[in-house]
Order: sequence, then C-alpha cells, then structure tokens
Amino acid sequence: MSVANRFARKLEENAEQELKTRADALANMSEEELFSFAEYDESEGEKTGYSNYSYWRSTLNMFLKNKGAVFMLIIMLTVIVFAVIQPYLPGQMDPNACNMDPLTFIQARNVQPNSTYWLGTNSIGQDLWARIWAGTRTSLVIGFSVALIEAVVGIVVGVLWGYVRKLDFLFTEIYNVLDNIPQTIILILVAYIMTPSVGTLIFAMSLTRWIGMARFIRNQILIIRDRDYNLASRCLGTPTWRLIVKNLLPYLISVIMLRMALAIPSAIGSEVFITYIGLGLPSSTPGLGQLIEEGRKVMMNAAQRYQLIYPTILLSIVTISFYIVGNAFSDAADPKNHR
Amino acid sequence: MIKYLAKRIGRSLVTLVIIISVVFILMRFMPIEGYFKNYDKMTEAQIQAGLEAQGLLDPMPVQLGRFFYNMFHGDLGVSHTYRVNVPVTDILSEKIPISVQLGCLSIIVSLILGIPLGTMMARYKGKFFDKFGTLFIVFIQAVPAAVYYLFLQMYGTQILGIPLLFDASNWKSWILPVLSMSLGNIAYYGMWLRRYMVDESNKDYVRLAKAKGASDNTIMFRHIFRNAFVPMVQYLPSSFLNTVIGSIYVESLYSIPGMGGLLVQVIKDNDNNMVQAIVLLYATVGVIGLLLGDIMMTVLDPRISFGAKEGGR
Repeated sequence: MSVANRFARKLEENAEQELKTRADALANMSEEELFSFAEYDESEGEKTGYSNYSYWRSTLNMFLKNKGAVFMLIIMLTVIVFAVIQPYLPGQMDPNACNMDPLTFIQARNVQPNSTYWLGTNSIGQDLWARIWAGTRTSLVIGFSVALIEAVVGIVVGVLWGYVRKLDFLFTEIYNVLDNIPQTIILILVAYIMTPSVGTLIFAMSLTRWIGMARFIRNQILIIRDRDYNLASRCLGTPTWRLIVKNLLPYLISVIMLRMALAIPSAIGSEVFITYIGLGLPSSTPGLGQLIEEGRKVMMNAAQRYQLIYPTILLSIVTISFYIVGNAFSDAADPKNHR
Repeated sequence: MIKYLAKRIGRSLVTLVIIISVVFILMRFMPIEGYFKNYDKMTEAQIQAGLEAQGLLDPMPVQLGRFFYNMFHGDLGVSHTYRVNVPVTDILSEKIPISVQLGCLSIIVSLILGIPLGTMMARYKGKFFDKFGTLFIVFIQAVPAAVYYLFLQMYGTQILGIPLLFDASNWKSWILPVLSMSLGNIAYYGMWLRRYMVDESNKDYVRLAKAKGASDNTIMFRHIFRNAFVPMVQYLPSSFLNTVIGSIYVESLYSIPGMGGLLVQVIKDNDNNMVQAIVLLYATVGVIGLLLGDIMMTVLDPRISFGAKEGGR
C-alpha cells in the first residue's frame, strides 16, 4: 500500500514538473508561433506505440524501493548461505557428538556459553551452536521441499482444473471435501501412522497444502483465459506457451511466490508443533522444532534457559525474514502495482 | 436459499462420512501394540485371541460397517492403554466441557481486543499506533504460535506469580491460556479489519459525509466501521478453527484437563482407539464450524444471492 502511495506521489511530482516547463515554454513563444499549424511529425505518432515496459525489471525496481524488505532479504540470504557452509568451516563440532571433558571424561552437560561451546551445550553434552545450524539446515530443507511440492502440484492441478472443462466438476467436488478437513488434523494423523523422518514430515505437510494453490490458479485461469486481449492474441496466432508466459504468468506469479514464501514459516511452525506432541524427527536429525522442544523441557530453570532462547532467535529470524520478503515480493510482482 | 442450505449441509455430511471411513481404515494400519496394555508380556496366542475378540481380524468392510453401527449407538470403543477398558465416550464427556469454555472465552477475548485494534489502526493510519500494530501483526503471523506460547508461559507465569500448570479454581491461571489462544485471532481480525476500513474510507460516500460536515469520529464509527465489518464475518469460521487447533497445544502446555491435552497424551501412549475418536471429533468440529460460518454469511449479508442468474458475489 505504502509502496503504491510513494509511487503515485512521484508520478504526481513528475507531471507537475512537466506542466511547469510546458507553461514556461508557452510563455516564451511569440504570437505567430502560438497560432500557426504544427508540422506533421511521424516520430511523434510512434511515441505512444512503443513501451519499454519489462515485467521483471519493473518487479525488481518495485522490490528494491522497499528498503526494509531488501534488508530482510540480505539477512535471509546470509542465514541460508551460512547454514550451508557452516559444517565446512574450521573448528566446528559434530552436532550429534556428546562432548566430554578431555581430562576428567565427564560429560559436558548443560555447559553455559563459553569460548569452547559458543552457545553452550544441552543436557547430554551436545554443542548447541552446531545443533542450531544443523537444525536450520533440516528445517530449511523441509520448508523448501514443502514449498516446491506445493507449487508444482498446485500449478499442475490448477492448470488442468482451469483448462480442461470436463474435469471441473470432479475437481470442484474433491476440493469441497478436502477443504473441509483441518490441515493440522491431517498432519497429526499422517505423522502418527508413519515413522518420523524428514521425508514423512515433508509428505505429511504437503499432502493438502497444494489445494489452496490449485484453487487460486484455476480461478485466475478462468478469469483471464477468455479476456479480450487473450482472444486477440490467439486470433493473431500467438503460440499457447507465449500466452501463458506473457499474459497469464504475471498475474499468477505474485500469489505463487507469496504462498511459497509463507510455506517455509508455516512448515517450521508445523515441525515445532509435531515435535511437541511427540511425532517429530528422531534426535539424530536435529530440526529447529526439536531444539525448541529440548529447550522447553529445561525452560523453567533460569540458568538453562539459553537452550530455548538461542534456537528461538534463529527460528524467528528465518520465519520473519521469509514472511516479510514474501509479502514485499508479492506486492512488487503484482502488475497492478507497476507504474 | 433453502436449496443452497440443503446442498451445503448434504456436502458436509458426505465429507464427514468420507473422513470417518478414511481415518478408520488408516488407523487399522497402526502397529497392534496400541490395542493392549501389556503387549510385551503377552504370548502370540493371547495376542491373536485379543485381536479376534476385538473383531480386528474381520474383513475391512465388516469392521467399518460395525464401526458406523456402533457410532450411531454412541459407542466409540474402549481405551486400551490410557485408561484400560473405560469407554472412550466416558473419557471424552469429562474433557469436553472445559475445552468448550476455554474456546468460547478465547473467541470473545479475541473479538474484544482484535476489533478495536483494527479500528484504531485504520483511524490512525500511518501514525505510531498503526506502525506498532503492524509490527505486532507481522510478529504474530510470522513466528510459529508453538514458539511464542512458550515464552508467554515462561514469563507470564513469573509476572503473575502463579504456578506453571493450570488450576481451574484460580481465575488467574485462566488468563495465560486464553490469551495464548486469542493472540493469533487478534492479529488476524486486526489485519483484515484495518484493510477493509482503509478500503472503505476511499469510497465516495465517505467523501460525501466529509463534505456535509460529519466529524471524523462519526464517519469512522457510523459509516466506515459498519460497512467494513460485514466482510469480516467470512473470517469467523477459520478463526474458530484456529482456536480449536490452538487448544491442542495450549491445553497440553498448561496441563488443562481438556480434549487437546488428551490428544497429545494418547498419541504418546499409542492408544489407537482414543486417537481415532479424538481425531474424528476434531474433524467433525472443523466441518461443522465451516458449515455454520457459511450459513452465518448467508444470513448476515443481504448482498449475497443464490439465484443462478445473478452469478457469484
């Protein structure tokens, strides 16, 4: 909203400037110049026919104008890159190793953050710093997979649903049934039945998420497919793929990206929840949800509270940055907000 | 309208039958430990006899048919590991009232706090209050509820000076669970109400009201608020669902003796029959919630019509 406002104000200022210069030019002209016929100029006629509008450039420009979102994007990329390269950096510990004191061979349990264990250790002596980054990796893998599956299945089903008229009735009825079931219940049920692993969590979370996406794509296709400009393009012999890429996709991209970006915070939230109810990942594959659950168990002990607080900080950075970047990008990618 | 309602109710019933069948069939793939209290100590013959006695060796359609038959007679089987051989319905009927109380309280609280939040944000658009509210909404929506509930519990119980766990007789211990369950909906109502009110305030009738000299407050509350509130009704069903789902986690965190806490408990106990019954109950509540929401929309908003001629809304 504010982006659009700022944009409008700038347009207004430009128009005002233009009017002023024109008025000045008029004031400087002689009587004769003002009241004689203008000559025909071919290039003037061409002016309105050409536009250097490029969808992706406009999207990028709009996005870059939102300083807060650019800042969040930088944070988000930093976290992702660091999570990937962290195990290859020197001096990192194994997230699953139970560390011991080298002299006394006593397990280093619940050690406060110090120079060896940067964020301390948990109740069985595992290094929290290493576990947090391993957890971020796992959670991001789950989040990205869920987002990708949602996009692919949602788009394919949505396009079939929108384009193939015979399937419309069938898909609509399936949608009406599936949409009525609370997603969390499906998640709990599937996680209860299957053995917990990264794969099954991804499966359980993706099982119904695509429905909303398919529904949206179907509606947009029905609305846009037979608009006059598409009809005109088709009459002029534009190939279907070009119609989809140039005329249809810009209307869909903003919502697709938004839903994909929001899939990541929501997948992480589901993971926290499902871990709490005891259906989460085994402790050899640390996820952020699992770290939070480990921290929760010791949270009423003020000295060990760091085991809850540090994973929460990283989790909040990841979810908030994806949320803000997703929303800002979807605003920028919406052709209605361009120019 | 009657025709639409009949169709809508019919669809909900079909959905319910499908859900029940699918849940029942899926639950039969669970490991059989969940049907016995002391599975480890039983011999092979005892297990077979036990399964036979519970009718679990019959063909699937027979089992499903029997389940539906028993369900209509108010019998959902017995608990196996949570409380041995106590009928599921007895356990549930102890737990449901407290969950209902908690849910209703939380919906009331979220309406009482969420509507003023949205209204004030729209009233002071772009000012400090609006920015503060936006920050709150982004935080609540982006950070998983499962995480900020923990911090609310951790610091809230310290500030209020109450024990961690719930005690129904102490009014103070109701505050945190109800607030936890409301926060998501407060942000949700605040966000949508602000958006609709800002949309409304750009319309012509507002300009007319301004031109005739109505005060800002009159315009805000008599004109804009009333019109913006109607589309809000469509968010009631999903916020109701959020409350129901949120209760699973909140009740368990505070050890509230309700349905949600029970679900977490029986999942940990591997009690197949209990999990099945509670999952079905939640699914039913979800389906009925959405149904009521749709019916409410049709009753409240006169602009929605069901004639085929007028098309959709």
